[in-house]
Amino acid sequence: MESDSLQTLYYSINRLLFRIILTFVFIKMTTVNFIDKHIIDINKIRAQFPILSRKVNGKPLIYFDNGATAQKPIQVIDAVKKYYEYQNANIHRGVHTLSQEITVAYENARITVQKHLNAEHAHEIIFTKGTTDSINLVAHSFGKKYITKGDEIIISEMEHHSNILPWQQLCEEKGAILQVIPINDSGELLMDEYNKLLSSKTKIVAVTHISNVLGTINPIKEIIELAHAKNIPVLIDGAQAVPHTKADVQELDADFYCFSGHKLFGPTGVGVLYGKEKYLNEMPPYQVGGGTIKTVTFAKTEYADLPLKFEAGTPHVAGGIGLATAIDYVNEIGLDAIAAYENELLMYATNALHNINGIKIIGDATNKASVISFVIKGLHSFDLGTILDQLGIAVRTGHHCTQPLMQHFGIQGAVRISFAFYNTKEEIDEFIKGLERAIKMLS
Amino acid sequence: MSIEEIEQEIIDEFELFEDWMGKYEYLIDMGKSLPIIEDKYKTEDKLIKGCQSRVWMQSDLKDGKIIFTADSDAIITKGMVALMVRVLSNHTPDDILNAKLGFVDKIGLTQHLSPTRSNGLVSMIKQMKMDALAYKTQN
Ligand SMILES: Cc1ncc(COP(=O)(O)O)c(C=O)c1O
Repeated sequence: MESDSLQTLYYSINRLLFRIILTFVFIKMTTVNFIDKHIIDINKIRAQFPILSRKVNGKPLIYFDNGATAQKPIQVIDAVKKYYEYQNANIHRGVHTLSQEITVAYENARITVQKHLNAEHAHEIIFTKGTTDSINLVAHSFGKKYITKGDEIIISEMEHHSNILPWQQLCEEKGAILQVIPINDSGELLMDEYNKLLSSKTKIVAVTHISNVLGTINPIKEIIELAHAKNIPVLIDGAQAVPHTKADVQELDADFYCFSGHKLFGPTGVGVLYGKEKYLNEMPPYQVGGGTIKTVTFAKTEYADLPLKFEAGTPHVAGGIGLATAIDYVNEIGLDAIAAYENELLMYATNALHNINGIKIIGDATNKASVISFVIKGLHSFDLGTILDQLGIAVRTGHHCTQPLMQHFGIQGAVRISFAFYNTKEEIDEFIKGLERAIKMLS
Repeated sequence: MSIEEIEQEIIDEFELFEDWMGKYEYLIDMGKSLPIIEDKYKTEDKLIKGCQSRVWMQSDLKDGKIIFTADSDAIITKGMVALMVRVLSNHTPDDILNAKLGFVDKIGLTQHLSPTRSNGLVSMIKQMKMDALAYKTQN
């Protein structure tokens, strides 16, 4: 009897131990899995970008100008090539097989974008030429419908010219007023000032998600909430954001969200405008012509439904397909992994730059993407960029299409380095050496 | 010396350098050693707008020859500017208008003169020739 119960106890302890071990193994497996998903396999990735193995001025290319445009993985290049070699036909208008196949492929590309932005409907995704084109579309069509004399439009001091000029022109046309959210010296929006600018006269707010110069990640969710509290729609310029972060338009409740394919490792000449159905339906077409109509007589035209209403003419089919391929590619690596890796590069480079004599980094927002602009006392960014180029290092110099922002910091221009997930710490080391060499030559 | 002779002189000087470093260091030195425009001339109306570096230029006619003075805020551009002034200044409007400026190609700095290069240098040469034309027709 006694030995029996001892036996049972022994078994139950054994079972318990076994369970505990199993649980540990399970936890271990899942965490390993979890970590695996967040590691960038840099050698594998770099091998997928053919341009990264070329030489510039006799030196291996170090490409730190990703903010201007990102390089393309072989998958994207192949998708574009395949389209022209094998699939080329015009979309939405043919009965033949090629046309039907490619129409499906193009509409699938739209769905890829929709899922990526988590838009409610695929027809809320309009293919454009790029961010600039998307913003112009909204400024024109939204402006035509909703903006009148005395209305106000709010942008910010850190906007790219592409998110200033379309609104400035609209204001001039309509006699509306452009209001500008100021920034502090760290390069962050002054949210109190923004809140004060919002009024019953405000008809739209247009701000950037991430600054192309400062790297600042703006609190767009809060910006949108504050505007929505007064029933004001918000357009977000996502050009610099999509390569680094996930943008969920429903979670953000953004009314318009714009980005360019080429900064997201896709082809040039294609971009996206996401717009809420309720606005897009009300807005008049931007450009008109083939593809945008239901019926045309010389007396009157009935326009097509979304999204075709905003897609006049033959679109950049290869671009749309290439962009969808790029989105799939980025999602396979994972935007969380990308953000974590790029943040490491950002910290590493920022620390290294702080040791350079006479340097001033423009923009040190708490919430910052992997973009660093800087000036070196007494030296011109053009000279620095020219010497770095001789060393095979591609950086951006000048005013970065943000002259008002340059004015805020009292500078003519700056050097900008901006990273993508294929950049490495070794490249940063080389860049720092190059920069020191350039400074020595120029001083 | 004629314009061609000065160009040849510069080509000979640059032949001493084997790599880009030497050339650029020479250009930088040239840029540094030449305070080539008086500050009072560094005004908006003398500014030749390039996208990235700014170039100021002033021209005067003296005894039938044009004297150019110029400056830039970027030192490499300033070196190029100094070369241009050295070649074209102190010549007649006709000579300036006829100058081919082949030396830029020969010293391996053509990249600075391509029209896509936004350093104001191309605009400066254009302005120099336009000034020459203006002085020529004025006489
Ligand atoms: C913040 C921002 N907005 C808009 C643009 C314009 O993009 P695109 O030239 O692709 O239209 C850029 C590109 O540099 C940008 O950085």
